[in-house]
Amino acid sequence: MERAQTGLDEILSVQGVSVRLSGRDVLLEVGFGIRPGQFTGLIGSNGAGKTTLFRVILGLQTPSAGRVLIDGRARSRRNPLIGYVPQKFLLDPDMPLRARDLVGLGVDAHRLGIPRPSRARRELVAQALAAVGAESFADARVGQLSGGEQQRVLIAHALVGSPKLLLLDEPLANLDLRSGQEVVALLARIARERQVAVFISAHEINPLLPAMDRVVYIAGGRAVSGTTAEVVRADVLSKLYGSHVDVLNVHGRVLVVAGAGDAADMEGHEGVFPGAGIVA
Amino acid sequence: MSALASLVAPGFFASEAVHVALAVGGVTAIVSGTVGVFTVMRGQSFAGEALADMGAAGGAGAFLLGAGNPLWGFVAIDVAAAAVMELIGVQRPRGRDLATGIVLAAVLGLAALLLYLNTTVHNTTGATQTILFGSVFAIASSTVPLVVLLSVAALALVAALYRPLLLSSMSAEMAAARGIPVRLIGAVYLLALALAVALAAMTIGTILSTALLVGPAATALRVTKRPGVAIALAALLGIAAMWLGVLLAYDSYEWPPIGTGWPVSFFVVALIFLGYLISGLPARLPARLRERSRVSMRTDH
Repeated sequence: MERAQTGLDEILSVQGVSVRLSGRDVLLEVGFGIRPGQFTGLIGSNGAGKTTLFRVILGLQTPSAGRVLIDGRARSRRNPLIGYVPQKFLLDPDMPLRARDLVGLGVDAHRLGIPRPSRARRELVAQALAAVGAESFADARVGQLSGGEQQRVLIAHALVGSPKLLLLDEPLANLDLRSGQEVVALLARIARERQVAVFISAHEINPLLPAMDRVVYIAGGRAVSGTTAEVVRADVLSKLYGSHVDVLNVHGRVLVVAGAGDAADMEGHEGVFPGAGIVA
Repeated sequence: MSALASLVAPGFFASEAVHVALAVGGVTAIVSGTVGVFTVMRGQSFAGEALADMGAAGGAGAFLLGAGNPLWGFVAIDVAAAAVMELIGVQRPRGRDLATGIVLAAVLGLAALLLYLNTTVHNTTGATQTILFGSVFAIASSTVPLVVLLSVAALALVAALYRPLLLSSMSAEMAAARGIPVRLIGAVYLLALALAVALAAMTIGTILSTALLVGPAATALRVTKRPGVAIALAALLGIAAMWLGVLLAYDSYEWPPIGTGWPVSFFVVALIFLGYLISGLPARLPARLRERSRVSMRTDH
């Protein structure tokens, strides 16, 4: 397999990726790289192309142009280097699956047959549960856990195979502020301690600010990437959106505001300009 | 012992028809319970019901062709119907019930014609009763090896797919992200489902065979939170309902109206329903009692 010419130490390298679905450009020449241990946010509103980008990285969507390298190699269908946490996880509360069972499926769900109980498998599962602080509800039905608890179990499921890249699709979407902060802190610790690259999508930038090393900002299928200071700037985001955008720093929070920032403008573009969260 | 003796009518354990009924009933209950747990998890109860009902056309066709054994008819039509349902998208989250319903209606129309021809042209009036509601005491002992073979095949499919099937039943997205061929797994599972309902139709008929598929599984899911235990429990509950049903049906020859006997399928389905109702009782107990039992269960782990 060929190695990438640039960014030898990148765990994920997205190069000029375009995706055209039913005549619409969902992604247009998206390119960026992520290194081990980095915490990277993928910020964009609903429909900006975040999930499509994840599907391309996972190998579930073939790009119409460009390529994705995982650890310098072209991605394969089952890539043990990637751990994935899906966007919504709604499990019937009566389903017979303990948190422990779901993490166990993270070890070997791709194999055929019935799992043979082994000390090694049990310990892998216990370690992953401990890493996310889920020991206390390890024997509860997954469907009966709270949103924050389910996120932890899903992270353990993704983490148990020792991936080098963790993809999380909108993990904060259904969480209250406090649970969201805890999940972000947990992911930042995992990135630091295990040298796992964490790539997390969100439509709001502020919850990720304390942990984020780099940001990929995506709008209308196009993306810019860099450090927060490089990307979350009026000139950069104005160019990305193709219209004037102001970036305000208020009490450590970032507000991305459309136009001159008048109320009508902001209301009209709510959701289109992610980060322009309503000030609480 | 005397209580047990009075429960069992004379001649029960000596009758060959009873032996065959217990063997076929037990084996098919294991298959239905095992496959049924995944049917309930995947929310495909309607697909199971449809496959089971469509077996009627196959059974009626088998009788028309002069085959004394409707099993081949059940298997042929159910496997074919499963293939058609797969092709028209039974795995899709949306629209699958519609697709299933349309195929079901078409095949049931065919069943109506074939059953009609059976009663008018061939004058085999018993066929309708046997196909729709089963007649477990009338199964030829020569059928047992075939029943066992198909049962082993269905169980082997589920055992082979166990891990990827479990994950894709929970979340198709997570399974796909791990490189699991979700669609293929679903299609092979559908084949196991077709075999399970075809086998169950031999015992309690095409109309009722989903009761054996879904009932014990739904009961097990209420009781346990471990997937392996749920499968074992569903199989055991199915066997218990089936065997007890056979016993009661045998006994019922002495019940009014004397000498006719009540159908096995009535007892089996009634017992399954009763089990389901009982399994829901703990949720209605006072919270204090429930908490106590939960604590004692936790210490078991």
